[in-house]
Amino acid sequence: MSGGIAPACPKCGGINRPGADVCYLCREPLGGPPGPGNPSPVPPPGANAFIGSSSPSAEARPPLRPVPMLLFTEAARHNVRMSALLFVLLFAVFFLLGTAIGGAYGDPRTGLGLSFVLYAIFGATAYFSGSSIVLSIHGAREAGGEEHRQLRNVVEEMAIAAGVPPPKVYVISAAGMNAFAAGRRPEEACVAVTTGLLDRLNREELQGVIAHELAHVKSRDTLYNVCAAVLVGAVALLSDMFLRGTLWGRRGRTGGGRGGGGRGNAAFFVLALLLAILAPLAAKILQMSISRQREYHADAAAAGFTRNPLGLASALAKITSGGPEVPGENRGTQHLFIVNPLRVFGPDSSALMSTHPPTEARIQRLRAMGGVAAGR
Amino acid sequence: MAYIPLVLLVAILAWFVATYNKLVRFRNQIRNAWHQIDVQLKRRYDLIPNLVEVVKDYMAYEQETLTKVIEARGAALSAKGPAAQAKAEGVLTETLKSLFAVVEKYPELKANQNVASLQEELTGTENKISFARQFYNDSVMTYNNAIQSIPTNFIASFFNFGQEAYFETEPESRAVPKANLR
Repeated sequence: MSGGIAPACPKCGGINRPGADVCYLCREPLGGPPGPGNPSPVPPPGANAFIGSSSPSAEARPPLRPVPMLLFTEAARHNVRMSALLFVLLFAVFFLLGTAIGGAYGDPRTGLGLSFVLYAIFGATAYFSGSSIVLSIHGAREAGGEEHRQLRNVVEEMAIAAGVPPPKVYVISAAGMNAFAAGRRPEEACVAVTTGLLDRLNREELQGVIAHELAHVKSRDTLYNVCAAVLVGAVALLSDMFLRGTLWGRRGRTGGGRGGGGRGNAAFFVLALLLAILAPLAAKILQMSISRQREYHADAAAAGFTRNPLGLASALAKITSGGPEVPGENRGTQHLFIVNPLRVFGPDSSALMSTHPPTEARIQRLRAMGGVAAGR
Repeated sequence: MAYIPLVLLVAILAWFVATYNKLVRFRNQIRNAWHQIDVQLKRRYDLIPNLVEVVKDYMAYEQETLTKVIEARGAALSAKGPAAQAKAEGVLTETLKSLFAVVEKYPELKANQNVASLQEELTGTENKISFARQFYNDSVMTYNNAIQSIPTNFIASFFNFGQEAYFETEPESRAVPKANLR
């Protein structure tokens, strides 16, 4: 018997527990291991569970690291710890850079103070500049009317499950399947989904997607993202300023003889130079891994809201196969979506610079939460 | 170094206030969650007469199902006490399920826009009821975890923060349906 393999439903694409006779979503009989009165031999039981990747190339890929049974509460807590740690590291990179540059010019403490001020200015600008620009970029309109009643109901259901005020609901007319949430605080949040997503997901899968978005809202991930982006921007600015300053400033210094702290700065100077070159890269890598942790966290929290991780797993599989393209897509907003609309995520895309984890790994973790053993 | 005890005292006091306020917040969240359930139940009571009104002309032969739904609604409305109410609500959910099963048999009824939207509303409301209960139970768990953990439990027992009860379904619905899994 095909023990660990979770059969995908031929009709709706839902991913089922191993050994299930009928699809848990649409009640369609599965062709899986034939039961006593069910000799239907339709699809091979070994069919790959990932709809989007049932291509022959699935064999050639390196297998995903197997994930043991996951409890969604544990998974969520782990991700919170991970992203907090990464955030601390990001702050450390920033203030280390500030201190080193300050040291190179004479006083480390001034450098630290100045970087604090820079961060405050950047942060305030980012915080108060429009949070709902994203909506207009992607041509979203408010979901009123009878045809979106189900969507609004699902959003309200998930808001109750998450314990947040119901957000505003928007729809984007697009064939691609995607969704995003925006808003700094739960009280002013909004979620948007594409019509392509609405057309092709069933109610349980839609619940999973909306739950994922509301998890972002509840844990204030937009704010997280803004803070991280501000830090990265500030690091880049500081490094740039320092590198340019050393190129032009050294000449001035030899001429004017304004040595400042004199030779005590030499060590600081080398350190600052090194940091100015490395820090922007390190900050960017940290920012991206925070973003990926937040995605895993939102998946785990969504499983907690719906108590049905397989719904979201099968939605992600459908999004992969249906294509996540959204009109008006650009680099500035790619991190907001449930699946990155710009990049196609193969299993090797745990690359350092991607905003989202590979979709296959997300599906695998969700299935581990749903009690489906990691098949392969 | 005379100010060290003072700093310690202030820190302890701050922790004390923060913990007390946290417990109050958790307890109020539980109460609010409980009322959320009532809001959704009320909404279901309001929706049912509309559905019955729309459906009854089509269902000349299914009067029995409709009567059962209406009776169950009345019983749930007049039930006293949480336990009795939970039981009556369970019965109402069952009768609604059989009503929807009947609707499936009438193609012209399924095609009716009013019925379709009322059905979606009722499905949504059913889901909201169960998610509200889930959120209530999650809130109770967070609160109970807090008042049982060290060191919060000292404050909890000093100010009489008692355990809260979970919402539980009637035992019949807990019986595991037999499924042929091989």
